[in-house]
Amino acid sequence: MMRNPSLAAGAAMVALLLLLAAVGPHLAAANPLAIDLGRALAPPSRTHPLGCDALGRDLLARILWGARISIGIAAAVVGVSLLVGSLIGGAAALAGGLTDELLMRAVDVLLAFPGILLAIALAAILGPGLVDLVIALAAMGWTGYARLVRGEILSLRERDYVQAARGLGASPGRLLLLHLMPAVAAPVAVQASFGVSGIIIAEAALSFLGLGIPPPQPTWGGMLDEGRAFMLVAPHLTTVPGLAIGLSVLGFNFLGDGLAQLFGRHRRR
Amino acid sequence: MIRFFLRRLVALAPVALGVATLTFALIHLVPGDPVIAMLGENAAPVDVAGLRHQLGLDRSLPVQYALYLGGLVHGDLGTSISLHEPVSTLIAARFPATLELAAAGMAMAVLIAFPLGIVAGAWPGGAVDLGAMGFAIIGISIPHIYLGPLLMIIFSLHLGWFPLTGRGGLAHLVLPAFTIGMAMAGIVARMLRQSLVQVRDADFMRTARSKGLSHFHALAAHGVRNALTSVVSLLGLQAGALLTGSIVTEIIFSWPGIGRLMIEAITARDYPLAQGCVLVFALTYVLVNLLTDLGYSLIDPRVRLA
Repeated sequence: MMRNPSLAAGAAMVALLLLLAAVGPHLAAANPLAIDLGRALAPPSRTHPLGCDALGRDLLARILWGARISIGIAAAVVGVSLLVGSLIGGAAALAGGLTDELLMRAVDVLLAFPGILLAIALAAILGPGLVDLVIALAAMGWTGYARLVRGEILSLRERDYVQAARGLGASPGRLLLLHLMPAVAAPVAVQASFGVSGIIIAEAALSFLGLGIPPPQPTWGGMLDEGRAFMLVAPHLTTVPGLAIGLSVLGFNFLGDGLAQLFGRHRRR
Repeated sequence: MIRFFLRRLVALAPVALGVATLTFALIHLVPGDPVIAMLGENAAPVDVAGLRHQLGLDRSLPVQYALYLGGLVHGDLGTSISLHEPVSTLIAARFPATLELAAAGMAMAVLIAFPLGIVAGAWPGGAVDLGAMGFAIIGISIPHIYLGPLLMIIFSLHLGWFPLTGRGGLAHLVLPAFTIGMAMAGIVARMLRQSLVQVRDADFMRTARSKGLSHFHALAAHGVRNALTSVVSLLGLQAGALLTGSIVTEIIFSWPGIGRLMIEAITARDYPLAQGCVLVFALTYVLVNLLTDLGYSLIDPRVRLA
């Protein structure tokens, strides 16, 4: 741990974030949706530690509930992308030939299309639901994992231990699950860690643009957008969600760096 | 060089077709009816049928696709529903603003990244390194949607150094360009540092030092040149991030580019205009990737043979 400060810092920040998202909403006494115009734009106080927004809603409660939404969406998106990407990348690598060619050309076309544009277009067409948002964001994410998994499997397939297992009559499924996936897991974990921070930023951007989870649900991106009109009189309305997004992204970036170092691979950024 | 360029240009055609097809598919194959979305659930069936006919949505899908591609070849992207003007005219009017912003963002990224990366790489492990890389990490982690408003508060509202919003002279460009370029600068600075640390003891560096160049001079002149190919390919990889950045930055700074046009079109349910913006954005992205490859081959002649 001492030799890998990125990993220590990243793991600690991510653990804290997960804890806050899990139990935070139960700790915040206030209702994140309760409007009280008498407290509009109130600065931080004892009853409202982070102050209140333009509608007098408690900022701390909104940030904590927002953490649950942001982290939940990021986890779901990365989970779905990873699963779909691994399955398609793995299938392409193991099948080879025409299947490989067709799958990878499809991935190439999707990669030629900027991911955020795909997410914006899909979010606009599918509508503002939670599941729709996850689909829109996963659509931009899975191709990276497909490429990574395919490349890793193609290089692993020629290793002696895999050849030996195949020689002993292991089925393709057994090869994939028992021999290939564990070795692929390390680079995938690194990419997934950076992937979470990418999705947090993308989700915040979509909410900011009005294409994410609709109000009054608290999302960090949406809170930033609402706070912009009051930048001069109540800067805490933009500072608090801004820091929440920035620190989460920082945590997952550190974790990704630390994991890359741990697995002794070349850093991707 | 010219043959390499032509070959890449020819290879571009199928990708461009794929991108155009994907844009078409996004609008036409995804569940949900654009006409209902535009007119609302309670629209009269006559109006729905009328608009559907006006947009050509009542024809069969292959016919629509053929008409769409045919229009594209002639630069015809349809007519905007909300603004009643040809989509191509609207986009052409806004496109220079987006290019200007993206170019300024990239220039700002390079301007910040090189000094940071070089001083950090020249004296790794020291306080300068720590400070520069700390700045880089913050730059990577701070979201555009927070950095933009933050810069507005500090440099526009409090200090009054730069105008708050809109497009104009060079002064208008500084804050939006910084907003877009900051994350890219952090990523490039980190890579530059790593690459300089790696070549520290390479033969060509020893030769450079034995010629009498100082440690810093050798790094700045020879080490940086060695790192340039990676920098260019990294900048190309960041084209997607540049795009995300430019869309939200245009919204934040009321910049009259196609990012803002696209979001306005989506909000107004103006499907032809939104589709046109998406397509132009995507094709620009493909083109930027091509330019990256070309830049790469200019710096490193070995690439041309591959």
